[in-house]
Amino acid sequence: MKPKSFTYVRPGDLDEAVQALGRWREDARILAGGQSLVPMMNFRLVEAKALIDISGIVPLAYVRERNGEIEIGASTTQAQFMASPQLAERAPLLSAAMPHVGHFQTRSRGTVCGSIAHSDPSSELPLCLATLGGSVVLRSPSGTRVLAARDFQTGMLSTARRPEEVIAAVRFPTRAPGTGYAFAEMAQRHGDFAICAVAAVVSASSIRLGVGGVADRPTVRDWSGLADGELDDALNDFAWDLGGTDDAHATATYRRELVRRLGRRVIEEAKHARAA
Amino acid sequence: MLELPEGQRHVVSFTLDGEEVRGFAEPRMLLSDFLRQQLGRSEVHVACEHGVCGACTILLDGQPVRSCLLFALQASGRRIETVRSLASADGQLNDLQESFRRHHGLQCGYCTPGILMSAEVFLRTNARPSEREVREMLSGHLCRCTGYVGMVDAILETAQKRAARP
Repeated sequence: MKPKSFTYVRPGDLDEAVQALGRWREDARILAGGQSLVPMMNFRLVEAKALIDISGIVPLAYVRERNGEIEIGASTTQAQFMASPQLAERAPLLSAAMPHVGHFQTRSRGTVCGSIAHSDPSSELPLCLATLGGSVVLRSPSGTRVLAARDFQTGMLSTARRPEEVIAAVRFPTRAPGTGYAFAEMAQRHGDFAICAVAAVVSASSIRLGVGGVADRPTVRDWSGLADGELDDALNDFAWDLGGTDDAHATATYRRELVRRLGRRVIEEAKHARAA
Repeated sequence: MLELPEGQRHVVSFTLDGEEVRGFAEPRMLLSDFLRQQLGRSEVHVACEHGVCGACTILLDGQPVRSCLLFALQASGRRIETVRSLASADGQLNDLQESFRRHHGLQCGYCTPGILMSAEVFLRTNARPSEREVREMLSGHLCRCTGYVGMVDAILETAQKRAARP
């Protein structure tokens, strides 16, 4: 339950972090909050020759809104994000999801970008990123590129990030006019990994549902022009298409039932929020 | 850029419960182990070592953190508070600790130091919490003895008494 030896690197800014990563490449891991990485190192599921600690880079801890997006810097903790004044007003889906991310005692260190980098299939922030159609800003010695959420997460705990790239920020679209949002999840205890998590975005003409915890990555489906009586069938099709399997926490049958029931619940809730 | 090589011990110094402390740690040394093994602070309890149980929770610059998920080197120059900061120098328990005793908020006591630190910092920012908020905060800790009811009562009573103080 102790990590293997590694070299500790503390860059002074993002440029130095990129430089260090360019040197160590796949032998290094970025250490931000460490709330997923350090447990995996303690279990020796992850080994790194170097840890590049960006948690102390103050200019990377920011939440700012521009061009219809909320941008969150790489060292912003989940607690800092929850305390940001624009959250409830400008990002209702994230505001509903954040209390489910870890615990009071882990959100103080855990970062928003770290959660996206880790890309756990049952984790709330990657689900919100996929459902809202956000993007990830990646920096490397050769420049900056921005990847859409659907191109970023490629599977369970795996992403399109290259070894020499560091996540500099993530961007979530802000609330759209005439649109309602809702989030719900089922976990064994509050703060545990979700057995099934759902996020709904409902506008006048379309319904979007994102589901986490069932497939190997958050999965999004859009419906438009759906009659009231057709929603249950649509949800049932989606539940089967996700291809959930049995594991220690839940059976595939139970997961499909959660997709149908929680899915309907958040879609109704988002419709109400839109009307309000 | 600071670079501290593996396999070598490096100086670590920080403020621990109001005192300046100093020691040596390899990069891989967890803060929880540093506090216990280098500084002899065995009141920092260690159980799961992967951030789930909450026994090792301390305050880092006034924020609740798992000391098993931080490396000792990361604490350099920071301010750390442990359960030792709660009671007075002559061993007089603080109001929260007294309340835990009165409400049977502990049995074996192994999870207690972490829970007290979480509850203490929680009460600093939530002067009048609801029972639901207290339970949500406690969801970050595991206790195998009490069933949490006594702790919830103790924390709510402490909040009430502190709010009523002039």
